[in-house]
Amino acid sequence: MNMILEIKELHASVIDDTLKNGLKPILKGVNLSIPVGETHVIMGPNGSGKSSLSYVLSGHPSYKVTSGSVTFKNQNLLKMSPDERAAAGLFLAFQSPVELPGVNNANFLRTAVNSVRKARGESELDAVSFLKLARQLAKNLSFPADMLKRNVNVGFSGGEKKRNEVLQMSLLQPSFAILDETDSGLDIDALRIVAEGVNSLQSPSFSSLIITHHQRLLDYIKPDYIHILAKGRIIFIGGPELSLQLEKEGYARFLGEVNE
Amino acid sequence: MNKPVQNQALLKQLKIDAYKWGFETDIEMDILPKGLNEDIIRSISARKSEPNWMLEWRLKSYRLWLTMEPPQWGKVAHPEIDYQDLHYYAAPKKIKGPKSLDEVDPELLKTYAKLGISLREQEILAGVEKTENKDVVPVAIDAVFDSVSIATTFKVTLAKAGVVFCSISEAIQNYPEMIQKYLGSVVPQGDNYYAALNSAVFTDGSFVYIPKGVKCPMELSTYFRINAKNTGQFERTLIIADDRATVSYLEGCTAPQRDENQLHAAVVELVAMEDTFIKYSTVQNWYPGDKDGNGGIYNFVTKRGACRGARSRISWTQVETGSAITWKYPSCILQGESSIGEFYSVAVTNGHQQADTGTKMIHIGANTRSTILAKTISAGNSDSTYRGLVRMLPNARNSRNFTECDSLLIGNHCGAHTVPYIESKNSTAKIEHEATTSKISEEQLFYCQQRGLTKEAAIGLIVNGFCKDVLKELPMEFAVEAQQLLQISLEGSVG
Ligand SMILES: Nc1ncnc2c1ncn2[C@@H]1O[C@H](COP(=O)(O)OP(=O)(O)O)[C@@H](O)[C@H]1O
Ligand SMILES: [Mg+2]
Repeated sequence: MNMILEIKELHASVIDDTLKNGLKPILKGVNLSIPVGETHVIMGPNGSGKSSLSYVLSGHPSYKVTSGSVTFKNQNLLKMSPDERAAAGLFLAFQSPVELPGVNNANFLRTAVNSVRKARGESELDAVSFLKLARQLAKNLSFPADMLKRNVNVGFSGGEKKRNEVLQMSLLQPSFAILDETDSGLDIDALRIVAEGVNSLQSPSFSSLIITHHQRLLDYIKPDYIHILAKGRIIFIGGPELSLQLEKEGYARFLGEVNE
Repeated sequence: MNKPVQNQALLKQLKIDAYKWGFETDIEMDILPKGLNEDIIRSISARKSEPNWMLEWRLKSYRLWLTMEPPQWGKVAHPEIDYQDLHYYAAPKKIKGPKSLDEVDPELLKTYAKLGISLREQEILAGVEKTENKDVVPVAIDAVFDSVSIATTFKVTLAKAGVVFCSISEAIQNYPEMIQKYLGSVVPQGDNYYAALNSAVFTDGSFVYIPKGVKCPMELSTYFRINAKNTGQFERTLIIADDRATVSYLEGCTAPQRDENQLHAAVVELVAMEDTFIKYSTVQNWYPGDKDGNGGIYNFVTKRGACRGARSRISWTQVETGSAITWKYPSCILQGESSIGEFYSVAVTNGHQQADTGTKMIHIGANTRSTILAKTISAGNSDSTYRGLVRMLPNARNSRNFTECDSLLIGNHCGAHTVPYIESKNSTAKIEHEATTSKISEEQLFYCQQRGLTKEAAIGLIVNGFCKDVLKELPMEFAVEAQQLLQISLEGSVG
């Protein structure tokens, strides 16, 4: 099978200067493979390392990979800089997007889109065609047009920040998207809109890894597999029905089986 | 494209230790021997065939300078300058004062072309481009190469409007009454150590006079270039806006890359009569020295504007990215009733640069207003200080000042300091001061990189966002250049 992502025995630590050796192990042997075109979901208790995994995959400088490998589109992902990963088609919708004071959202989005287009050998979008596209996509997401004029995420509500992430994703057209709790804190209408945003990207060549706590998202986005991440490892893989079971029973049954 | 620095593709490739403007022009020079004394001053004056009053003025300045000490209070440290080890006059040999472009040495024109200012193009494109592209405002340029003004473009168009734009040497010959009346009237000869030195040995610079009721039809610009080795550059600029006149003036600078430090001590005087507006913009990009802090320009500049008439307005906008050491405080003397002084500044330091800049707003008249917006960006091992004085004198009834100083730090080894001095002798005057310090966080850079921006582009974007309120004060074409320059000067600032 043609894999977009193959993670093998991945061990990674967060750089923590308060510790003696400066490293706090978080990921402790993650194995996860995603075939091209599939949607996989990660669920797991708080603090189990879900966001850490998404940071390691996107190349966050606070994390150090201590062993293991990650292959993305047959390339060694771990050797690439964060912007190279983005250019290669990897997108992360952040759990908590940062604010960029003074940086106009439309200008930021256009710079991002054109950086990625340039790296992919595509022509850059001029301001007019970009704005036309951005306004249309913003409208699809019920994202008020004035959000494009504001500074990136500054003073955005939680829900607006999440929508801004999805807007960026729609503009950047990644081939692989990681969504880190993009559905958390959204009301039911916003949830549907965000899910539609993700679904509009669906194609045989688009794959995704969706981190969520809520079964309700999966009413809209149909996953191929659900993985349970706990204590830095994938401890269980199941089909779409697993989320219903977790919703009822919680993680206790699965955690009992994990050895430290 | 009428831009003082216009080769954007090349600009982009620049790195801090690969200063693009660091080339040297091989040209025959007329250089006076090193050293400073009355004979040298007499020789400078003689070379320029100056009238006797000018020579006397220089000698008086020199004698004042001898009694003075260099200022010690700036937060900059540098080895003592040996004033006897410098040349005070260096001029390309074939040039004797300003001429038409046809007589200018082609080597010189090539130098300016390399710098991205084609003097000839300026003239040629003016006619053509105006019809093709209505947005392009022509810029008349006075280019100063080492000590001598090389060419002033667009003379004819300006003359039609009654605007005088020429080198200060020419003005001394052709407009002696104005020079005698205004030179040193804003920055007196003995004002400070560097101003006294400049008054004694200044070699060239620009002179502008906008007559009553005239809105200058184009941006005026001077381009300074230090080329000769061990040469101090001491230009002198005098701009006079008569009643109801308006003018926008741009200044840009570069210098070759050298191991030793070069000295630049300029004086700029602005005189604004009733209902005038003088906008003075600077994009300063002198060679900052190499990565280890060797070489670079020492930039000690006195810039001051006098709002003499009622409702006159002077606006200083500066983007400072170069120089090893910058010591500079463009100021406004708000004498005319309801006059306005503005200072918009972006100062970037990287590597081992040191900058001590700021402004002085002296409120003398009633209902005067001043606005100070100072943005400081420090990266690498650099150190930057904003020093601002706001003074309300007893007659400054209902006058106001608003000051905002924002510092942005990049990395952990740089410093930024804000030193406000506030003096009020009138209880109806209002002074407001706001200051912030922020840092570009790793999370912000990572967020941008995840969206496909390189780290450099990310810093550029955040820095431009931080500075945009100042950049928007620059004339449009300059603003674009300034943005690029900011990005270039910060390249390599984060590991
Ligand atoms: N910068 C950091 N310094 C120290 N510990 C961290 C840091 N970032 C995350 N962690 C720790 O790593 C573990 C995993 O966190 P995270 O990946 O955010 O979990 P999840 O997303 O599954 O809730 C937690 O114990 C968290 O406290
Ligand atoms: Mg998380």
